[in-house]
Amino acid sequence: MRLLRALGLILLFAAGFGAPAHADEGELRTIIAKFATSKNFRETEAVVRELAATGDPAVGRPLGALADGNLSFRKSDGQVFIVSEAGGALTLLDPLSGGRSGEAASREVTKVRVNNSLRRAVREAIGALTLNSPDAGVRLSAAETMFRSPDPEAIDALDAAIAVEAVANVKSRMEEARAAAVLASDLGDSEKLAALKTIERRGDRTALSLLAAVKGRADGVLKGAAARSAANVRETLSAWDAAQNVWFGISLGSVLLLAAIGLAITFGVMGVINMAHGEMVMLGAYTTFVVQNVIRASYPGLFDWSLAIALPLAFLVAGGVGLIIERGVIRFLYGRPLETLLATWGVSLILQQAVRTIFGPTNREVGNPSWMSGAFEIGQMSITWNRLWIVVFAFTVFAVLLYVFKFTAWGLHMRAVTQNRRMAASMGIRTPWVDALTFALGSGIAGIAGVALSQIDNVSPNLGQGYIIDSFMVVVFGGVGNLWGTFVGAMTLGVVNKFLEPYAGAVLGKIIVLVLIILFIQKRPRGLFALKGRSVEA
Amino acid sequence: MITQRLFVAGLTPRIQIVIALLVGAAVLVPVLNLAFPPSSPFHVPNYMVALVGKYLCYALLALALDLVWGYCGILSLGHGAFFALGGYAMGMYLMRQIGARGVYGNPDLPDFMVFLNWKELPWYWHGFDQFWFAAIMIMAVPGLLAFVFGWFAFRSRVTGVYLSIITQAMTYALLLAFFRNDMGFGGNNGLTDFKDILGFPVQASATRSALFAASALALAAGIALVAAIAGSKLGKLMVAVRDAESRTRFIGWRPENVKLFAFTVSAVMAGIAGALYVPQVGIINPGEFAPANSIEVVVWTAIGGRGTIVGPILGALLVNAGKSWFTGALPELWLFALGGLFVAVTLFLPKGIVGTYDQWRAVRRERRLAKADLPSGPAEAGDVRIVRASSATSPVPQGGPEPQPAE
Repeated sequence: MRLLRALGLILLFAAGFGAPAHADEGELRTIIAKFATSKNFRETEAVVRELAATGDPAVGRPLGALADGNLSFRKSDGQVFIVSEAGGALTLLDPLSGGRSGEAASREVTKVRVNNSLRRAVREAIGALTLNSPDAGVRLSAAETMFRSPDPEAIDALDAAIAVEAVANVKSRMEEARAAAVLASDLGDSEKLAALKTIERRGDRTALSLLAAVKGRADGVLKGAAARSAANVRETLSAWDAAQNVWFGISLGSVLLLAAIGLAITFGVMGVINMAHGEMVMLGAYTTFVVQNVIRASYPGLFDWSLAIALPLAFLVAGGVGLIIERGVIRFLYGRPLETLLATWGVSLILQQAVRTIFGPTNREVGNPSWMSGAFEIGQMSITWNRLWIVVFAFTVFAVLLYVFKFTAWGLHMRAVTQNRRMAASMGIRTPWVDALTFALGSGIAGIAGVALSQIDNVSPNLGQGYIIDSFMVVVFGGVGNLWGTFVGAMTLGVVNKFLEPYAGAVLGKIIVLVLIILFIQKRPRGLFALKGRSVEA
Repeated sequence: MITQRLFVAGLTPRIQIVIALLVGAAVLVPVLNLAFPPSSPFHVPNYMVALVGKYLCYALLALALDLVWGYCGILSLGHGAFFALGGYAMGMYLMRQIGARGVYGNPDLPDFMVFLNWKELPWYWHGFDQFWFAAIMIMAVPGLLAFVFGWFAFRSRVTGVYLSIITQAMTYALLLAFFRNDMGFGGNNGLTDFKDILGFPVQASATRSALFAASALALAAGIALVAAIAGSKLGKLMVAVRDAESRTRFIGWRPENVKLFAFTVSAVMAGIAGALYVPQVGIINPGEFAPANSIEVVVWTAIGGRGTIVGPILGALLVNAGKSWFTGALPELWLFALGGLFVAVTLFLPKGIVGTYDQWRAVRRERRLAKADLPSGPAEAGDVRIVRASSATSPVPQGGPEPQPAE
């Protein structure tokens, strides 16, 4: 009866959300009232058919109650109720709405009597109502419900539904439901073997548990086939798991890439470790917050464009702050990288506290535009739109930077300064300008990274702190020779992290990654993609 | 006597004065705290004893960092990790001393283990009921970690910012590890609720005074040790490694061994500082591993003046006194002040307070000598010169203020 109740609920659900066929409620009530006057099972069955003929999903409740033996009528006025018993007294519920409509002693009501053939009629009625519902969503969830609680007697209804079904994925769900029902029935082995194949094709976790159950109770040929199918499904699942992990890894890697690439640029060109880099990310996130607030207050229609508006602003804000830091502090400290590290750490403290003073220490809410919320599924893995967009965005930023470095005059200057500062200066490149603009560029990239990260992380004054160490790891691992080092570093760390997580847990996975990096640095002290040269330091 | 010569070389009058001050404080403060009634103007209140005792532990930590950063040029952003490891070793001893007096009354297991439904003590908790064992571990664990870490890092010539970053990664990894409940170190809450140390109640003012004296004496011993190392031939080698590592290697020394020695000794000192710190504040938790803490230690050292021995101690005391005052009076301004301090010190006081003072005095003396038209005898400033020379030659590579690409 669980199946019936579930199907009934699907019907109600559909009814609640503007289902297609709505009979007049009064008409339904007159039909339901006939339960009280029907003298035998045949007449009751006629009432059931009449109810089913209305095609209204609302009849799911009284029919389900009837099959469960909970439908009764009051002796005094013949009104029909669903009753539920609690502590001797009966609670009367309205058959259509399910609302409370009084109490009665058990002798005041008479139960509408049911037998097995009547129950079958009810089941068919409900099954037909849901499986033939004009709404594809209702049909889909009905098929799914029937798959989860297979019922051999539903095979006929499913066959009928499959014959007329036009939507492909609903049809395959129905076929799977039928296969599950076949496996639960006492049909021959050949039918069941075919059913096993159908379920194997489904290949998800519910299929696996169903196959395990079949394996448990079947014997002979069927048992072996079920075991084989289960093994196949398990294989598919683990392949999908791996794919999902790779996706998560790429997603994490692109976040790391966004956070680290600006750092890699400044570190590569200037040898400056910018501890305030995380705070640039934070500034970008807060810029997004401010932009969204202004939009919410003044131009609500533009909300979906808020990120597009925030991107250039965040670049300017973070880049501007970066420029000020370079001109105001860092340029006095060139040649003293360790001191630069300390000074920028001081700057990061100041920026954090400034943001905390202005915006408060708590998390700020940054909304997702509509095109970034929700998820879709490919096979057995689910992909959220915001992660997908962030991956796309990170790759775009990377491609643009690559272009700037390879094909613009500014990029040429930056590369020249990275490789040999004095020679570049002798050739007439204004290295102080290159330094200042490079620092501003790195900071600006951090700012737009902040716009992206505001979509998946808490926007708080501590936002940057969470990324700074990971970004360092990426830069140190990838090396600062070229941008590809950062790219490969970020992706490798992301994927390795996500593959370790299922075995070691999130925290331990991260620790292992850190230890691996520390060991890796021993082997290649300048990272994966180190610039080759003959320089000897100091 | 060779040891005597070593000491004489390093123990300048200034350092002797500081050691004498510390030993004096170790005697005087407990006496003032215990012998005088609270009403007396000579009484040192309990909270003051605990507070200054805590600062002295920080000063020892800053001194440990001075040994590696000031003399050997290794900027460790993970010294807080050694401090915290020493603290955890002490905390484990103190936890075992609680015995059956915990909330759950379990004679063997600390409360958090009972709470987590652990049945028996993890293997690494055995032995910590004995003080001598804990005392060995306080030095052995940080020392061993530093030795292994340094062995790998220095042999493969990881230097400069790369080394700084991986030391930071080390303390970050430990932070994450100690936050885990199943590590068996109390997870998030750490170790706390201590009762006894060596049979004396931790909270009693006599114990607190004794801990204060121990901290002051440990700091004095640390100063003597660092001064001895710095004054020895090894100390000169360390400065050579700091200023020109490749050149030192080409001459035929092994810089990695020098660095490894300094790093390990420094880690042991940091561990002792942590062990003295824990009973005085009454708690140790994973927050001590936070990278920000380690960086703060660096700034104490930088403010006081690295490579000056006395400077880091002065820096630690000043910054922490300032922090206590700021967080009480103007809590929201503290980070502004600290951040500003970082920037201002690196920009305007690259040698720190003591280093700048030394420089100023040296300049003045030279002027005076020039005015008196006297030849400046080389023997005259012999003892002072070692300290000054190491601070005067900052590790600026050839070529003035110009960015150095990261290879």
